[in-house]
Amino acid sequence: MNPFQYVRATKAKAAIDARAGDATSQFIAGGTNLLDLMKRGVMTPQRLIDINKLPFDKIERQSNGLRIGALALNSTTAEDKQVLERAPLLAQALNAGASAQLRNMATVGGNMLQRTRCSYFYDPAMPCNKREPGSGCGALEGYNRMHAIFGFSDKCIAVHPSDMSVALVALDAAVLVSGPKGERRLAFGDLHRLPGDEPQRDTNLEAGELITAVEVPDSPFTKHVHYLKVRERASYAFALVSVAAALSLDGNTIKDARLAMGGVAHKPWRLTEAEKSLIGKPATEATFQEAARVAMQGAKAFKHNQYKLKLAPNAIVQALKNAAAVS
Amino acid sequence: MEHETPPAGCPGHDEARRTFLKQSSLLTALALAPGAVVRAAETEFDEKVAAAFEKVSLKLDVNGVKHKLSVEPRTTLLDLLREQLHLTGTKKGCDYGQCGACTVHVDGKRVNSCLTLAVMQDGKKITTIEGLAEGDKLHPMQEAFIKHDGFQCGYCTPGQIMSAVACIREGHADSEGEIKEYMSGNICRCGAYPNIVAAIQEVKNGGQKV
Repeated sequence: MNPFQYVRATKAKAAIDARAGDATSQFIAGGTNLLDLMKRGVMTPQRLIDINKLPFDKIERQSNGLRIGALALNSTTAEDKQVLERAPLLAQALNAGASAQLRNMATVGGNMLQRTRCSYFYDPAMPCNKREPGSGCGALEGYNRMHAIFGFSDKCIAVHPSDMSVALVALDAAVLVSGPKGERRLAFGDLHRLPGDEPQRDTNLEAGELITAVEVPDSPFTKHVHYLKVRERASYAFALVSVAAALSLDGNTIKDARLAMGGVAHKPWRLTEAEKSLIGKPATEATFQEAARVAMQGAKAFKHNQYKLKLAPNAIVQALKNAAAVS
Repeated sequence: MEHETPPAGCPGHDEARRTFLKQSSLLTALALAPGAVVRAAETEFDEKVAAAFEKVSLKLDVNGVKHKLSVEPRTTLLDLLREQLHLTGTKKGCDYGQCGACTVHVDGKRVNSCLTLAVMQDGKKITTIEGLAEGDKLHPMQEAFIKHDGFQCGYCTPGQIMSAVACIREGHADSEGEIKEYMSGNICRCGAYPNIVAAIQEVKNGGQKV
């Protein structure tokens, strides 16, 4: 690990000022991804600003939903009574991620900011436009089994790795951010970016901006929800494809639906058109098949991830069946 | 080294070799030096870089013993435990948070000690495998691992046991399936998994205090 200066912030403003004034610095909360990347020489911050003492770890009920502090642990959030009651999809997605130990360390804010697990990004000996802009994309013509089928560019075909983010985008969450210019609120779907010509930028956060909380609005999606994660072992692996499915049912009729995928794009991939195709229809396999067909429009695979073109629609159908409890 | 002595009758060889060594060690130093040091060397010395190598003071309670320590910021909790406190029961497996061999409890929660900095644990209470037994009396989970042969080579065992104790305390050991899911962060290359699950189930069902 490169040597670095370590400072501990006790006030958010001090942390933000320190970060804004020094582009070589990074915030550290759980550190489970940052320290991993630092050990591999992928990230080499000259200064770490420890934000763990900031008062952002509360999970609170608001008039229109839940407010989850950015420093709430993944494990605490996944087992929080109010989260289980009002946003069970989020709890399922959190528990699908990492291991019990890592969920005890990783925070909600850090989870959404984790970097891609693309093996070319992770290996400083390889070209990667995300790690080193202009060096090329090793995955494009390389081993791209884990890579994107939506929204990629010729600069980057990496995928966003967070499970939690998939549930949050489906649930229309919002991110509260504090920065040098004050506070602002981003729709969760606007937090992450597609790679375009600047794959080095994972998110739309500006220099020095600190995530302080995430808001999950109340929704009718408290019962018929399912987070399906397809991976290469039963637990503790990143998704090949994952699906967050949420239905609001009136008898067997779908009143409203939320659908998003993970492991398929540079950001958590909301499936708005597929959601629309579900509304007003009976909760049957035929309906779900049609939604999956709509969801997959525009998908394009590379040499080694062709399987995702079959796996993704099948996962959508299965997640919807599980959510609706249709056997 | 004798075999590197230049052959007689090669005037200047010695000097050339010395110059080469001088240059190459300078190059090595530069190659190993972090960016900040190289940059600082260019712009004279800079306070920030000095701070990067400065030690940070730290208070920790490890297995009930209070420590006042001084650590370099990049020391992980794992390296502090093993290298400074000589508590080598906690193992370094992958060092990237993928295997669970380094599992310890921080304020009662199980964590991967390889993926957290020691300086981030200031004021915390750490329990390692060495802190589990009460004197000569093994913890029930340690007894159960022995009884059920929950290990072969034993390298992952301290992490498995720390994780297993937490798994029961958290209330995630109600079924075989749940134990497997909540123990998935601890990898055993010998494949002692069925015996580990049996050990956890016995402790859980035995109703002993863990």
